[in-house]
Amino acid sequence: MYRAAAPATLRIVPLDDLTAIYHRASGITHLVASPVPELLAALSEPLTLVRLAKRLGEEFYLSDGEALAARLDELVASGLAEQL
Amino acid sequence: MGRAVSDGWLLARVLRDPAATAGFNADMWTTLIGIARAEQMIGTLGCRLDGLIVPETAARLFADARDAAEEGRRAALWEAEMARRALAGLDCPVLLLKGTAFVAAGMQAGVGRAIGDLDILVPRARIEEVEAALFEAGWEWVKEDAYDDAYYRRWMHELPPLIHRDRDRMIDVHHTILPLTARITPDAAALLADRTPLAEGGLHTLSRNDILVHAAAHLFADGDLAGGMRNLWDVHCLVEEFGIAGLAERARHHGLSREVARALRLAGCLYGSVAYGSDARHVGDALYLRRLTARDGWGRATRPFTRFAFYVRSHWLRMPPAMLARHLWIKWRKG
Amino acid sequence: MRHRFDVRIGPVGFRIGSDWLGPITQLEELYRDYPEPRDGIPDFTVRLFAARPWRRFVRPAITIAGDYTIPDAAPLPLAQGLLAAEMGMNLQMALAQRRYLLLHASAVERDGRALLMTGESGSGKSTLAALLSARGWRLMGDEFALVDLDDGSVHAFPRLLSLKNEAISVVELTLPAARFGPRMEGTPKGAIRHLVPNAQAIEAMELPAAPALLLFPSFGFVAETRPVPPSEVFIRLTQASTNYVALGERGFDALIRIVAGVPAHAIDYPDTASAVTQVEALWDAL
Repeated sequence: MYRAAAPATLRIVPLDDLTAIYHRASGITHLVASPVPELLAALSEPLTLVRLAKRLGEEFYLSDGEALAARLDELVASGLAEQL
Repeated sequence: MGRAVSDGWLLARVLRDPAATAGFNADMWTTLIGIARAEQMIGTLGCRLDGLIVPETAARLFADARDAAEEGRRAALWEAEMARRALAGLDCPVLLLKGTAFVAAGMQAGVGRAIGDLDILVPRARIEEVEAALFEAGWEWVKEDAYDDAYYRRWMHELPPLIHRDRDRMIDVHHTILPLTARITPDAAALLADRTPLAEGGLHTLSRNDILVHAAAHLFADGDLAGGMRNLWDVHCLVEEFGIAGLAERARHHGLSREVARALRLAGCLYGSVAYGSDARHVGDALYLRRLTARDGWGRATRPFTRFAFYVRSHWLRMPPAMLARHLWIKWRKG
Repeated sequence: MRHRFDVRIGPVGFRIGSDWLGPITQLEELYRDYPEPRDGIPDFTVRLFAARPWRRFVRPAITIAGDYTIPDAAPLPLAQGLLAAEMGMNLQMALAQRRYLLLHASAVERDGRALLMTGESGSGKSTLAALLSARGWRLMGDEFALVDLDDGSVHAFPRLLSLKNEAISVVELTLPAARFGPRMEGTPKGAIRHLVPNAQAIEAMELPAAPALLLFPSFGFVAETRPVPPSEVFIRLTQASTNYVALGERGFDALIRIVAGVPAHAIDYPDTASAVTQVEALWDAL
């Protein structure tokens, strides 16, 4: 199961292709591209990998479980998401 | 009042009693701020003087110092959280130490405190697993050469330092609170057994008395007193907040009676507290105080001979003489 | 310390102590029209000292220190004492200034609005600022632009401008009546000469200005101008800021305010005359 950082801890500002995210809990600024903002929004409640893939559908070429797992690992390493 | 004080005693006097700044002129404020910054205590001072009427420039600088301490606190707690996440799967006790422990537990000693690396304590038997889990989560060695690494692993009370590859912050993983080569060997198992859980599940701190014992051990048996004024302020805050019930017995258990007693006397001399009981000075206290307050109004370290004497002594405490000679010889050869 | 000089530059006061008289005498001369620190209390302390007692006299070398230092900084020869003092002040600002967002940028002002130029060393931001100040722009600074965390305005920090190598003679010719410090050879960055900001810059140093244009100049290319998209501006400004991380969310907000509200262009230029033309054209087109 994965869960994003609590919405209250994220200050999200779309710029252009990239979105700036200030993570209040860590003090770290992230510059991210799609589908990261969408992933974070979807994970506002805890989800398994399978459910997440279904939620996002083919929209982001993430129905491939491996690609999705890789993105999630990056998010966990950055602290923006947590693996429960 | 006599000659103007412009060494560490000035800072101690103001921390003890903020109202002592009432008659300060610009030079005294400048001196006070210079000493506080050099002793890594500007955040502590800023919090202690919060609300006092001071010159506008000083007020600005203290506000900045409080903000800086707040950001430091946030960063320290985040490192602790990321360590918690990395080690969650091991089902191993993880204890926060020093400044991070103070702020995580909301202690007085954490107010305005400058916090450096993350220090944690884990059982020695689990240390390889802990090391592996931290590597998995993105920490890596700060590059040490082979000699230092072998020395560290065999004799020190901690792993060689690790740094996180993305966040660039260091973590020190301890398995006891003094090097194994030190003449004193605290009871590491007891430290772990008596741990106190933190509110947010998963992490712990040492028990209240063990925190005090560690502060004293760290100050005298492990270091050369650099940063001593700050460490003794920690001791002062801990005593004020938690008292000393059971402390003497716990110190005796760990073989650190002398160090804890000295820490209490020196903290009492510098910062004053009713909880200390007798404040009779022992022989040698004066020399310690001289070393601790060796700072001038420009922030420079003063009293070089006293400082050197304590530096040599700190190494002598860590290692038997033959080993110390070999260690210093190899260090000298490397330049 | 043996010798001491106190000065206020914009909103920041400094106390500079030195084991040698020479650098202090130079500072007193070049900063003679500047005010003192407010309340007599400096924001930061810089120390120029001899690391070993004999280093005061034998091949004298200045070690730079202060409230905040980085370890292992190489000492400078006494002849570059002025440079050491300026580097010491830069170090305090870079490591500990947190009242303003610091951008490594030069800034000039016209009609209450500020033009910011930021880039790597050698991009020409100091030279361009000096040349624009000869054309009626008010110089606000060449090393750091101070961005207000509450309202986003730019505060002046007009230190001595640091001109390097070829730029020195260009500016000497353009500003024949200006005051300069000594020419120093053999510094880590080559030849350096400091330019003293003019009376207008010093008198107006407490007047902030709203940022209106942000430029990323690059020297040595065919003249070209292109707009810079917001995310690129964001990234480049975090790289150009020494205290962005330390400021936390207020720093983020200040940076977003600039990215969202200030037009940004990259300028490639073959020579300074061309650059000045491009800059003023962009400004007039706002």
